[in-house]
Amino acid sequence: MTKAEEIAEGIFAGNRRSIARAITIIENEEPEAREIVARVYSHVGKAHVIGLTGAGGAGKSTLIEKMVKEYRRRKMKVGIVAVDPTSPFSGGAFLGDRIRMQELSTDSEVFIRSMASRSHLGGIARATKDAVRILDAAGKDIVIVETVGAGQSEVEIIKVAQTIVVVHAPGLGDEIQAIKAGMMEIADIFVVNKADRENADKAVMDIQSNLQMNSKESPWKPPVLKTTALTGEGIPELVEKIEEHRCFLEGDPECRKMSMRARAEAELVEAIREKVTSSLIEELKKAGRFDELIHEIMERKIDPASAAQRLLRKSVENET
Amino acid sequence: MFDKERIAEIKKEKERWEQTTLQDWTKQCKERREDFRNTSNVSIERLYTPEDVGSLDYIHDIGFPGEYPFLRGVHATMYRGRLWTMRQFSGFGTAVQTNQRFKYLLKEGETGLSIAFDYPTIMGYDSDHPMAQGEVGICGVAIASLRDMEALLDGIPLDKVTTSMTINGPAAMLLAMYVAVGDQQGVPRGNLGGTTQNDNLKEYFAQKLCIYPPKPAVKLTTDIIEYCTKHLPRWNPISISGYHIREAGSSAVQELAFTIYDGITYVESTMKRGLKVDDFAQRLSFFFASHNDFFEEVAKFRAARRIWARLMKERFHVKNPRSMWMRMHVQTSGCTLTAQQPLNNVTRTTIQALAAVVGGTQSLHTNSFDEALALPSENAVRVALRTQQIVAHESGATQTIDPLAGAYYIEALTNKMEEKTFEYIRRIDEMGGAIVAIEKGFFQKEIADSAYKYQREIEEMKRTIVGVNDYKIEKEETPIELLRVDPKVEKEQLASLYELKQERNKKKVEEVLGKLRRSAEKNENLMPVIIESVKAYATLGEICEELRQVYGEYKELIII
Amino acid sequence: MEKTRKIRVLIAKPGLDSHDRGAKVVARALRDAGMEVIYTGLRQTPEQIVETALQEDVDVIGLSILSGAHKTQFPRIMQLLKDQELTGVMVFAGGIIPQEDVADMKRLGIKEIFGPGTPTKDIIRYVMKNLPKRN
Repeated sequence: MTKAEEIAEGIFAGNRRSIARAITIIENEEPEAREIVARVYSHVGKAHVIGLTGAGGAGKSTLIEKMVKEYRRRKMKVGIVAVDPTSPFSGGAFLGDRIRMQELSTDSEVFIRSMASRSHLGGIARATKDAVRILDAAGKDIVIVETVGAGQSEVEIIKVAQTIVVVHAPGLGDEIQAIKAGMMEIADIFVVNKADRENADKAVMDIQSNLQMNSKESPWKPPVLKTTALTGEGIPELVEKIEEHRCFLEGDPECRKMSMRARAEAELVEAIREKVTSSLIEELKKAGRFDELIHEIMERKIDPASAAQRLLRKSVENET
Repeated sequence: MFDKERIAEIKKEKERWEQTTLQDWTKQCKERREDFRNTSNVSIERLYTPEDVGSLDYIHDIGFPGEYPFLRGVHATMYRGRLWTMRQFSGFGTAVQTNQRFKYLLKEGETGLSIAFDYPTIMGYDSDHPMAQGEVGICGVAIASLRDMEALLDGIPLDKVTTSMTINGPAAMLLAMYVAVGDQQGVPRGNLGGTTQNDNLKEYFAQKLCIYPPKPAVKLTTDIIEYCTKHLPRWNPISISGYHIREAGSSAVQELAFTIYDGITYVESTMKRGLKVDDFAQRLSFFFASHNDFFEEVAKFRAARRIWARLMKERFHVKNPRSMWMRMHVQTSGCTLTAQQPLNNVTRTTIQALAAVVGGTQSLHTNSFDEALALPSENAVRVALRTQQIVAHESGATQTIDPLAGAYYIEALTNKMEEKTFEYIRRIDEMGGAIVAIEKGFFQKEIADSAYKYQREIEEMKRTIVGVNDYKIEKEETPIELLRVDPKVEKEQLASLYELKQERNKKKVEEVLGKLRRSAEKNENLMPVIIESVKAYATLGEICEELRQVYGEYKELIII
Repeated sequence: MEKTRKIRVLIAKPGLDSHDRGAKVVARALRDAGMEVIYTGLRQTPEQIVETALQEDVDVIGLSILSGAHKTQFPRIMQLLKDQELTGVMVFAGGIIPQEDVADMKRLGIKEIFGPGTPTKDIIRYVMKNLPKRN
């Protein structure tokens, strides 16, 4: 058996060590990565993937912990991928989302993995998607992807999910502005957590009116739910709503197919983009002038956009 | 304090001095640094003159001891009348062992008790809880029931000795046990004197010994304040703490500002209960650290008094001057003491103790020189106590009140600390208060950034720690006998706990715990039913677990 | 595309000890040195620590303890690591661990003890130099 085969067999058996190693291999793009992904791909499709995002302080981790307890009560197996940003300065990352879920860590049917965004050329979402697939293939019924929802890359990651839940809490600052651009559009379910606070109802109304103003032509009307994660209030209702959304996706065959098609297309385009970008840059480096232009940018003799244009024009010229 | 004309003249003279004498001198001898800063990030001037305190008015801004704004001290005679309480934080092993240490310290001259509990007790676990394994009695004394408290206080007259208890989450339970022992001794409740730390807010961002989430924790704190106001008039229900904030890595001004803000929050929460601020304010007490920068610390203690007095007057409109008093306990800093060349710690503790005394503290604990290695040995704690006694009787610091008042540096720095503190208060007010700030991680980030900055300064040699990053020795000597807690302690505790559970009236315990649960669900003041529970010999863990069921448990927000 | 391996470190606080200033400063220093640091907060049981190390597939574990309970916590942690076949993970410790206990702790498999006053750059250097190889 090849190493990749061994690991894949471990994943199908739900072996935690195999799952953990596989995710590392894929993150580091080690030689076995492609084979593992290929082997795992055929076993994928059983899990319901939930993307959970929202500003810091909304209580996402506490919410997830309670949701997972509810899923476990229903005898469902859960995987969680918690994504945090990599520091652009040091390349390191602080991965602290597990803290509020640590009680779950000794439940053998729950697997939690913390991932750093590791910003490289468009590959942010890929490792996370593959990690989700691994957990899916390992037999998880539910996979939750948690991100902070602070920027564009988080919107990308979230697209790996089938149901996107955006969490908000009253008193975090400007009410709706706190839900960053992009989040309003893609959310399938809104949650106002810390609903025992005074302005919780107002937050609910704000979101609802915002939704009405920007209503999309979609048969799914994103509901706005209230939860108090600390006490567990509203959690069963949230889990039910997520199930409802899943049925909605499944039940309407056209809808389900369409979303799968859209996702497959987006993934292909992204994979192409990534490959093209990296091989193009390799070529440009080989052709020379790359380093020169970097120096010129540093000395402020040229701006990056113009430099790119110059390189590409030259490259095109060379082609013809 | 000086008239405008004179200040202008002094200013001119200073400029002349800078351009002549100073300039000549610095040509041959440059200053060691370009910028000297203290922990509060205040840039320290080369020289302080009347110009730096020109706007101060003696009568309004400095005043007299025992009168608003209380800058010079809360009492009219300060140490000329009565020295501060020498109160050494102690506890280890079993109640019997700690009782012996208490008696030793009282014999050697300490004037008040201070109890250090072990981790399981602090977290509301009995000694036989799975999380307590390996932790019983090693960081403090194990108290799982009233029976342990009885042994702890055996032979100690509670009408003559005051006791401070460093306890937060389960403060109500430990206070209840103390009250029960007082009842047994026949001491009227009105005569029981002491303090429960009971400051749950700072647990969330500093000491981290939280059991319940913020809202129920503040409720429990307020229960104790309310109960003491009505039934234990000599008891300080709360010691609003900055020590732990500072030890977690904050700067001096952050320690001051965050502590005072916590104080504001507790005053507001107690007023929401319907109590009038003048009814309870005089029993609010405070707890600060004392670190190595002598002058910054003195300024901090003085500023603390004036800030609190101003707040009580202007924000809370108190009528009784005693409601404006900031009474404080100070502990010298643990985190500044080193494992390397431990005898140097005696010197550090002395500087810190002197700062606390010159700063006007009401109560003082001095750390032992083996702080970074173990709990204090008998010899080490005696040296620590002697340090206080030498400061009290040999240094001359107690002969006059507020000896550094009027020093240009001290008054300028005191003003600066006050200014920066009010800035923080404004910011946190705008954020929506302490609980919102905790949820947003505001305090945590300020502290983590300060702690990291401090460590960077040490590693970049911008800050010297003698013996650690400079003045090191090749071979460290560790001949000092260290205190070792006997591993038998845990076994003994488990045995006695088992015995207790067999002997007590199980039905009564069950009944009273049910009563507690119902009372908690109805949001009543829990002190009376907790006293009832401890008297029925319900254990600490059983009582705390009952409340965990109602309030839930807290999981921290991490900011590094 | 060339890929530098990211070092994944778990910083853990076993037992009831609540002094986390050092653990947080070390976590931040390791992050600033380019590592991915998982910090699981206070009051972790040996089971939680080892399970986290397994799921997160860490290269290094740093244990921080100042309560004196290391003599109970560390043997349990090292045994569980053995049971889970994670002996390839580098384990170091810090906090208040008396000199006389260091030899015992090292015998358990803890590679190094970084006492009070250790510069973070020493820890970083140690980790970089002694990183276990991937199999």
